[in-house]
Amino acid sequence: MLRTVYVMWLREVKKFLRSPSRIVAALAQPLFYLLALGYGLGGVFKAAGQGSYVQFLVPGIVGMTIVFTSIFNGMQVIWDRQFGFMKETLVAPVPRSGIMLGRTLGGATVATLQGLVVLGLTLALGFQPHTWVLVPPAIGVMFLVAAVYSALGIIVASHLSDMQGFQFVVNFLVMPMFFLSGALFPLSESPFALRAVAAFDPLSYGVDGMRILLSNISHFGETADVTVLSVVAALLLGLGSYRFAAMEA
Amino acid sequence: MPAMSPIIEVRDLKKNYGTVEAVKGISFSIEKGQTFGFLGPNGAGKSTTIKMLTTLLAPTAGTIRIDGSDPGKDPHAVRSTLGIVFQDPSLDDDLTARENMEMHGLLYGVPRSERRRRIAELLEFVDLADRRDDYVRKFSGGMKRRLEIARGLLHRPRIIFLDEPTLGLDPQTRNLMWAYLGKLKQDDGITIFFTTHYMDEADRNADTIAVIDHGSIIASGTPEDLKRSTHKHSLEDAFLELTGRDIRDESASGNERMRMIGRARGR
Repeated sequence: MLRTVYVMWLREVKKFLRSPSRIVAALAQPLFYLLALGYGLGGVFKAAGQGSYVQFLVPGIVGMTIVFTSIFNGMQVIWDRQFGFMKETLVAPVPRSGIMLGRTLGGATVATLQGLVVLGLTLALGFQPHTWVLVPPAIGVMFLVAAVYSALGIIVASHLSDMQGFQFVVNFLVMPMFFLSGALFPLSESPFALRAVAAFDPLSYGVDGMRILLSNISHFGETADVTVLSVVAALLLGLGSYRFAAMEA
Repeated sequence: MPAMSPIIEVRDLKKNYGTVEAVKGISFSIEKGQTFGFLGPNGAGKSTTIKMLTTLLAPTAGTIRIDGSDPGKDPHAVRSTLGIVFQDPSLDDDLTARENMEMHGLLYGVPRSERRRRIAELLEFVDLADRRDDYVRKFSGGMKRRLEIARGLLHRPRIIFLDEPTLGLDPQTRNLMWAYLGKLKQDDGITIFFTTHYMDEADRNADTIAVIDHGSIIASGTPEDLKRSTHKHSLEDAFLELTGRDIRDESASGNERMRMIGRARGR
C-alpha cells in the first residue's frame, strides 16, 4: 500500500518539476487577478471601510491557483486512460485505494507547490502575512484544499471519456466554486442567499482557513474550516477508491 | 506425457456489450510452460478475451481460472502471476526508460537489489541500455515495444500475455525476443499467451493454437493439426481457409481517436 502511494506520488511530482514552463504559465492568471482586482478595486474596498483589498484577496488567489492546478492535474487521468498508462497500474497487484491516494497526494503536492510559487510572487508585489509564524499552518490548509480538489478532479475525470469534457468541467464546476467561495469578496457582508450557497462550497472553507492564518480575517473560523476540508477530503478519497476499483479498461 | 493441471482454464466465457456479443461462450485450457497462440482477424474478440483474463474486464458469463485463481474473485492473486504487454502502448512518455521500469518493479514489489539487477539486464537484452535515461517520448514505436516487453518480464511473471508484441519490430528483434522467451520457458517454465497477425511467427513458436472468429473458437490444436485438418501446407493458408478472405474493419475506438488527437498535439 505505502509503496503504491509512493510510486504514484513520485510520478506526479517528477512530472511537475520537469515542466517549468507549466509552472510559469500558471502564474499568469493569478497575477492578472491580483493586479486588476487587488490594485484596481483596492481603493473602493478601502473606502467601504474593509481595509486593504490585497491583504484580503491574496488567500483567495492562492486558493484559486490551487483549485485550478489540482483539477487540471486530476484530468491527467483522462490522458492516462487514453494513452494506456492507466492499464499498467490497473493490472498491477496493488490496492486501488493506494493508486487513488497516491495520485491525490501527488496532485495535492504539486498544487501546493504551485500555490507557494504564487504566494511568493504576491509577497514580492506587496502582500504582508499577518504573522510569519502562521505561514506554515497556512501551507497545511493549502495542502488540504489541494487534496480536496485533486481527489475531485480525479473522480470527475474518471467519468469523462475524453478531454472535450474538460472545458465543461471548468465552466460549470470550477468557475462557480471559485466565484461563490468568497475568494474575491467578504462573505460576511454578502446577502444571505449567497452566504447559504457558499456554505456548501468546500473552497469557501479553504479560502477562509488560509485568510485567517495569513491575513487575520475570519468568517467560519479555523476549526470549522479544517474540519470541513478534512471530512470532504476523506469522503472524496473513499469515493475515488471505489471508482478505481470499479474501473474497466 | 502425464496430464498436468492447466495453468489457464476458460469455460463458456461470454462478453456482451449491450446487444453485441463480442465473445460467445468460448472454452480452452493451457498447460503450464506452453506457448499458446490466440489467432483471429481484427475484431474477432481477441482483445476482449485478453482483457477478461487479465482482470481488466468483467465477463458477462463463464468461468476463468488463472493459476487456480478467479480474476473476478481474487484479482490480486491473478495480477501478481501475470506479465502483460498490451496491444496499445502503456508507457509513461514523460518518464525515462529506467523510470518506467523502476515504477513497474516497485508496483510489483520486486526487492531493490533484484530490481536494479533485472532492470540493467533486461534493458541490455532489449538493446536499450544506452538509452535508459532518455524520455520514452523520444523513442520510436519499435523501441517502445521492446521496453514494454522488458517491463512485462521484470517481475518474473509465471504467465506472460503478449498482445501483438512483435508489431513494428524488425526480424532481428523478433527473433531475439522469441529466443529469450524460449530460454525463460526452459529455465523458469513460464507460460506464454500471445496473439499475432504473422502466421509464420505463430507456426514457429506456438505449441498450441486457438483460432477465434466472430466471438467463437472455430479451430484449435497444434499448428500441424490445423494444417492437416484444412489440407494446407502453411498456417497462413489454413488460417485463411478457416476465417475466410473478407477484410474486417475495426471501427476506430474512442482511444484511437484520442491518440490521433494526441499525436496532432505533439504528445
